[in-house]
Amino acid sequence: MPLALDPDPIFADGFSLRGVRVSRGGRGVIDGLDLDLGGAGMVGLIGPNGAGKTTLLKTLMGFLEPSAGTVHFDARPVADWDRAALACRVGYLAQGAPCFWPMTVENVVGLGRTPHHRRFGTDGLKDRAAVTAALAATGVEHLRDRSALDLSGGERVRVMLARVLAGAPDVLLADEPVAGLDPHYQLQVMEVLRASADAGRTVVVVLHDLTLAARFCDRVVLLDRGKLAADGAPIDVLSPESLHEVFGVTALVGRHREALYVLPWSLSQPTARAAE
Amino acid sequence: MDSIVTPASAALRRPAARTLLFAGLGLAIAVLFVISLGLGTVHIPAGRIFPALVAADDSPFAIIIQEIRLPRAILGALVGASLGLSGAALQGLLRNPLAEPAIIGTSSSAALGAVVALYYGFAALTPLALPIFAISGAVLATLVLFALAGRDPGVLTIILAGVALSSLTGALISVAINLSPDPHASLEIVFWLLGSLAERSIDHVWLALPFMLVGWVLLLRCGPALDALTLGEETAASLGFSLQRLRLAVVVGTAFAVGAGVAVSGAIGFIGLVVPHLLRPLVGHRPGLLLPASAMGGAALLLAADIGVRLMPTHAEFKLGVLTALLGAPFFLVLILNTRRRPL
Repeated sequence: MPLALDPDPIFADGFSLRGVRVSRGGRGVIDGLDLDLGGAGMVGLIGPNGAGKTTLLKTLMGFLEPSAGTVHFDARPVADWDRAALACRVGYLAQGAPCFWPMTVENVVGLGRTPHHRRFGTDGLKDRAAVTAALAATGVEHLRDRSALDLSGGERVRVMLARVLAGAPDVLLADEPVAGLDPHYQLQVMEVLRASADAGRTVVVVLHDLTLAARFCDRVVLLDRGKLAADGAPIDVLSPESLHEVFGVTALVGRHREALYVLPWSLSQPTARAAE
Repeated sequence: MDSIVTPASAALRRPAARTLLFAGLGLAIAVLFVISLGLGTVHIPAGRIFPALVAADDSPFAIIIQEIRLPRAILGALVGASLGLSGAALQGLLRNPLAEPAIIGTSSSAALGAVVALYYGFAALTPLALPIFAISGAVLATLVLFALAGRDPGVLTIILAGVALSSLTGALISVAINLSPDPHASLEIVFWLLGSLAERSIDHVWLALPFMLVGWVLLLRCGPALDALTLGEETAASLGFSLQRLRLAVVVGTAFAVGAGVAVSGAIGFIGLVVPHLLRPLVGHRPGLLLPASAMGGAALLLAADIGVRLMPTHAEFKLGVLTALLGAPFFLVLILNTRRRPL
């Protein structure tokens, strides 16, 4: 067991960050982060605006180069990965899920298969099966022949999620997938992500809704000004104390049946955060 | 709205439609090519065209077909394909239906390069100077354009940068014409700039073809990356594509294809704008599939336009570039109006 001897092992499965610093526009957005993201389950990434959540996802994807520290995926530095090989393993749902041409939903979802084409050549049958399964998983089969530009916000996110799922990634990174959606679509998208985690994927999802994080995630990572403020089970991380500390809010935390809910209720009294 | 299509019938329908489209474009090119061979000042009966094309003798018909009309038709197809393909690639890269080699200044910069080669006598030293200078001009201009437009260029920025580039290169061409010691030479430059396929020889084909092929290969290979770019730069990168490599391939590919075309035919505009726009709905708006379709469509349209100039009852033969501009510019205006109404 050589790993046990290492005081700070690089995890062999999934992402491992060690001492990561990332600067954007001369400002340190992530400031010394140690984090392991791997194994089946759903990880909620929460924190105030500007805490570095999106930057963290972009760093995991290799879009941003850390100025210090290391980012490994499956024990290999992300920068050393062949891009197509990494794309087969890690799916990324960008914020806002843009689309520029009125391609059909089916063709958009089919784009999720492109990394596999580049590695193994086209396999029409397998691709079609993956696309059909992904459309079914997100409940958008009926939109198959519609233009991707004619969709409502909720439909579009589910189509883009189907695009990611069609690529059959082991790890799924989703940047605020429920932003701007009505409660129905929010729950629907979260359920798709939850099902994906239950199927054995690592799902990392950036959220602002604390109750959704509490309800759906196995683990919550709380970022504050580029640093890890808390990391653990929702019940531990989403405590009134840490929410007061990080967000400057007083929150109601309770249980409905067995599930946890967190309701930000009022701004905290002047605190260290407000004084800054 | 929600059409119910079973997966099986959908799978049958789409590849069939695609095959039909490409077969139709191929047929159009073949028919227009033959018509182009049959057109000219000397009347050659339809039945005599093919025999004259393959005849190994020095009969007048064989000479006319093989040495005058065949190069013209081949160049029409090659230049048209280059323009259509480049237009489709630029529109895919910029995610903007208004991008086109002429509008963004690539064609006029290639023309400037060619004028420099002509004006300073490099073209007289070696015929290769013409395409090389034209391609260099095009590469330089496209790099300047990207530097001006920045990382995520909007419609307005691209058009303005293109206008600025076109004005600058146009002014520099005017300087060359203005300062030319030989009025005959400057007239020649002016006529050449208008764009034409008349009086070209098979040497022109061999001069342009290798450069065009390089450009075509570079551009056609961009298909999957351009498809992925439909979902934005980050998503394309997350699917494993390098955006820097894609930009470079489109810039260099366009410069080679268009530069080589401009070197042998002068500046011919709007093919790269009109063709992708017409064909886009037929390929399901997929930027990758649009590349080969636009190449074929461009070949067909330029062959048709070159037939058009020969059929026009004008005293002197109408210049090809003038015709494409006359038809293309209003098309461009309508496109801008539509773009203003819809976000895309």
